[in-house]
Amino acid sequence: MPRINSQEVREIAALARLRLEEAEITRLTHELDDILGYIETVKGVDTASVLPMTHAVPFDCPMRPDEPGQSLTLNEALQNAPRRRENMFEVPRIVPGTGGA
Amino acid sequence: MAPEVRGASLVALAEGVAAKKWKSRDLVEAYLDRIARLDKKIGSFLLVDGEGARRAADAIDKKIVAGEAVGQLGGVPIGLKDIYVTRGLETTAGSKILKGFIPPYESTASARLAAAGAIRLGKLNMDEFAMGSSNENSAFGPVHNPWDLERVPGGSSGGSAAAVAASLCAGTLGTDTGGSIRQPASLCGVVGVKPTYGRVSRYGVIAFASSLDHPGPFGRTVEDAAALLEVIAGHDPMDSTSIPQPAGRYRQASKAGLTGLRLGVPKEYFQSGMDPEVEAAVRKALDELGRAGATLVPVSLPHTQYAIATYYLICMAEASSNLARYDGVRYGHRTAEAGSLEELYAKTRGEGFGAEPKRRIVLGTYVLRAGYYEAYYGKALRVRRLIANDFAAAFAQCDVLVTPTSPTPAFKLGERAADPLQMYLADIYTVAPPLAGVPALSQCCGFTKSGLPIGLQTIGPTLGEETVFRLAGAYEARTQWHQRLPEDPS
Amino acid sequence: MSGDKYEAVIGLEVHVQLATHTKIFSISSAAFGGEPNAHTDPVCLGLPGALPVLNREAVDAAVRLGLAVGSHVRPRCRFARKHYFYPDLPKGFQISQYDEPLCEGGAVTFRLDGEVRQIRLTRIHMEDDAGKNIHDASGVSFVDYNRAGVPLCEIVSEPDLRSADEAAEYLRAIRTLVRYLGISDGNMEEGSLRCDANVSIRPRGESKLGTKAELKNINSFKNVRDAIEHEIARQKVLLGRGERVVQETRLWDPDRGISASMRSKEEAHDYRYFPEPDLPPVVVDEAWLLRAGAALPELPEARHARFLGLGLSAQDAQVLVAERPIGDYFDQALAAAPAHPKKIANWLINEVLGRVDDARKLMDQDVPVPPAALAELVELVEKGTLSGKLGKEVFGRMWQQRRRAGDIVAAESVSLVSDTSVIEAACQRVVERSPDEAARFRGGNVKLMGFFVGNVMKETGGKANPKIVDEILRKLLG
Ligand SMILES: [Mg+2]
Ligand SMILES: [Zn+2]
Repeated sequence: MPRINSQEVREIAALARLRLEEAEITRLTHELDDILGYIETVKGVDTASVLPMTHAVPFDCPMRPDEPGQSLTLNEALQNAPRRRENMFEVPRIVPGTGGA
Repeated sequence: MAPEVRGASLVALAEGVAAKKWKSRDLVEAYLDRIARLDKKIGSFLLVDGEGARRAADAIDKKIVAGEAVGQLGGVPIGLKDIYVTRGLETTAGSKILKGFIPPYESTASARLAAAGAIRLGKLNMDEFAMGSSNENSAFGPVHNPWDLERVPGGSSGGSAAAVAASLCAGTLGTDTGGSIRQPASLCGVVGVKPTYGRVSRYGVIAFASSLDHPGPFGRTVEDAAALLEVIAGHDPMDSTSIPQPAGRYRQASKAGLTGLRLGVPKEYFQSGMDPEVEAAVRKALDELGRAGATLVPVSLPHTQYAIATYYLICMAEASSNLARYDGVRYGHRTAEAGSLEELYAKTRGEGFGAEPKRRIVLGTYVLRAGYYEAYYGKALRVRRLIANDFAAAFAQCDVLVTPTSPTPAFKLGERAADPLQMYLADIYTVAPPLAGVPALSQCCGFTKSGLPIGLQTIGPTLGEETVFRLAGAYEARTQWHQRLPEDPS
Repeated sequence: MSGDKYEAVIGLEVHVQLATHTKIFSISSAAFGGEPNAHTDPVCLGLPGALPVLNREAVDAAVRLGLAVGSHVRPRCRFARKHYFYPDLPKGFQISQYDEPLCEGGAVTFRLDGEVRQIRLTRIHMEDDAGKNIHDASGVSFVDYNRAGVPLCEIVSEPDLRSADEAAEYLRAIRTLVRYLGISDGNMEEGSLRCDANVSIRPRGESKLGTKAELKNINSFKNVRDAIEHEIARQKVLLGRGERVVQETRLWDPDRGISASMRSKEEAHDYRYFPEPDLPPVVVDEAWLLRAGAALPELPEARHARFLGLGLSAQDAQVLVAERPIGDYFDQALAAAPAHPKKIANWLINEVLGRVDDARKLMDQDVPVPPAALAELVELVEKGTLSGKLGKEVFGRMWQQRRRAGDIVAAESVSLVSDTSVIEAACQRVVERSPDEAARFRGGNVKLMGFFVGNVMKETGGKANPKIVDEILRKLLG
């Protein structure tokens, strides 16, 4: 039984905001099924008493003093914007309130 | 008067500049000339900043004349993998989605090279967002292996390895997430170092998999790589995972000899699947090291068989997250027509990313979804600890591990492109050290009958770079492999 | 909705912007406003390769908040990435906290109609704020990232609130608290205090929770009350018609006074949380907790109870605790005149607060009448040196001329004359000048007393102690 089907790939691509051609979806579905099959090997490892290793460094989060540094200039901040108007980044119309947080 | 830069060592070139034997400007011209003549065939540079390099070289030469200090790498031309952010100089990470991006800031590592007097010749080709083992995933075309132009240089730092092998610059920086410095170093016959995680700042290094990304150097010799690492290593307050201790004395260690070192030989790294010529060369190297005064100790890293699955789970999850910022709003590619936000995102990303990032975004998104996290990412983090524990246990029995770097020498362009899983499986010897965060180095330990380099990997304990350099330096001193040069392409 | 067959169950998620100088993970200014995109850096713009570095002051502020509400502050907490796509979110994820937040548990205490209420907290976590989307009539939108990366504390309550009024009062209590702690200005207009509400209703007596709707975009105290009231009514209508409440997010439209369902996108949110690899776990050790705990001020509710104990009315106590400097001012004045808490409260509320535009400036160096000066005036009035009326006059001059009451009294002899010989002389002069009136008074026209008192006051420049004047006049005219 395949681990992943093309409909799931479509849904995940939508979640990741990635437009894929039909041919890409077909190819990806096969490749991902292969890769997931291989990846399942980790499921056999007994990790019941093992803590997750999220970082390869043993120290705690360093913290900095609350002192302002040099901000970017407006031009530096905006020079790479594909579309801008005055000092703002331009995007297609946003429906208010549709964000997260 | 310009020296012959073909085959020259970075350390020797720097000494020559300091001793006024030649000018930095002469070195720059010599390398620019080689790039202009040879790189069309190799494809290692994405961008050559001749004007900037000449200006920087002239400034160094002026200082030398004035008797001012110019830094440890004063006047030496180097190259940066295009994953290092460079102020005012286009930085793409090998991706169409960053085409045209001119950063208003500089990576810590490249800033430190500049402060040490190194001259930046340009930006080097790479697999898109460092995802790949062949450099065929660059949006700007592949890199050709200088030892055989039909073959891959390895990846993802393929341009960085090839540029050193072909003497297109004196040294380079790359990044290693699952082998992306060591594997191309192996396939191109040069020295590549993945230091301890956190040893070199990741600030300004475009993220692929944050908990696994390791910036590091390529050199023609062990000492060259040590000299570069000495400059770029050390604490950086801009990276919260940067190790507080100061950099070690790697150049000195590379000449200290290996007397008394216990070399662990992990049995899991010598099992089936290895090319016979690779196995023969690595075993010969072990014999040589034994004769040189090291003690060989058989050790075991029992979770090795899970390393690739663990590595790919973690790197894909983190990659899917790190690539979320490429949305066409603040920088980079943006689709020409987007009637809605949804369309802006989906089209921009669909057009801007190549096949490998797309594959990893989809897989990474898949494994991080609610309900899947524990079974995949969470599980991988636990197995990751077991893999790190394996290394800790092994280093209780020995000082350093010696293994092959890549199970095969350089393969043909296109040969593995159709089967991503097979490509991933070839990372077998390189993925575990980054999972554990321990340092590792690859150097040349022989050639196949057809003339392709073979790599030897040395793995040290956390912050054990000096031990790694001791072993690698001693091996290099007893062998001539590093002196062999590929023919210049005609 | 007492007497109603339904009961409302409300929980709030309150975002508090911390008043640090710089952003939570980077060095650009966290100040409100400024030219769009002028407060940015590679980190808060989400430029490739930029990395977060945690602002210690932001953590300290969150720790103080946690201690103030009695939360358990984790010795080791963790940041996590929360993913979604939106133009104001530059990295494609928010750096927030997930399964290991800084604070768990605790409660916010406040008074509603004189009754003490305690609303339990689920958690308080830290995160970075998003930028600001600007909607434009031209059909496109714009983004300003000045706000991106400003530190936030998200305070998540248990569903303990039972009415819109209670929710509004809870939010006000949080505002007062964060201002007491000095960690935020709590300004809803500028967005430094923001609120989402989870609202459900259930039949009274039922313990199972009903289906909730999440209300977003509630950006004033009035909105909180209106939006929740509207939502409760909406759900009651649905249930009354035998329909079901659907779990959804609704956007409050303050202009129209209604909420609208936000079309749920092509798929439900799946935030794909995972531990932030760029930030190791954050450790807050015992020493830090002790330091932060020692630095906590007296909190509003404790102060309220203490003021009631001094005999202040509930109404006065509420005014005095509303802003920390008001209570501080009161306490300092009280220390100088410990016998008169109620009088000090009156003078403070009626005279001092009426003259300051921002109560937060009360404890500033340059406040014209500092607490000790007010205490001195209150003592003079209570001793009878000044009448209440004269006292107000003197206060006016203290405020305008920045002088002490004692100085004004001494230099200009404005104090009430209590010297009987002086007053007696004045009284005698007045009676002698007005033989007709004296005769009529003695003849029984007692209303004429006012005429004599008035003339004596005129004679003494208004400074005679009226009690003594009255006594002497009665003697002279008796
Ligand atoms: Mg929330
Ligand atoms: Zn939040």
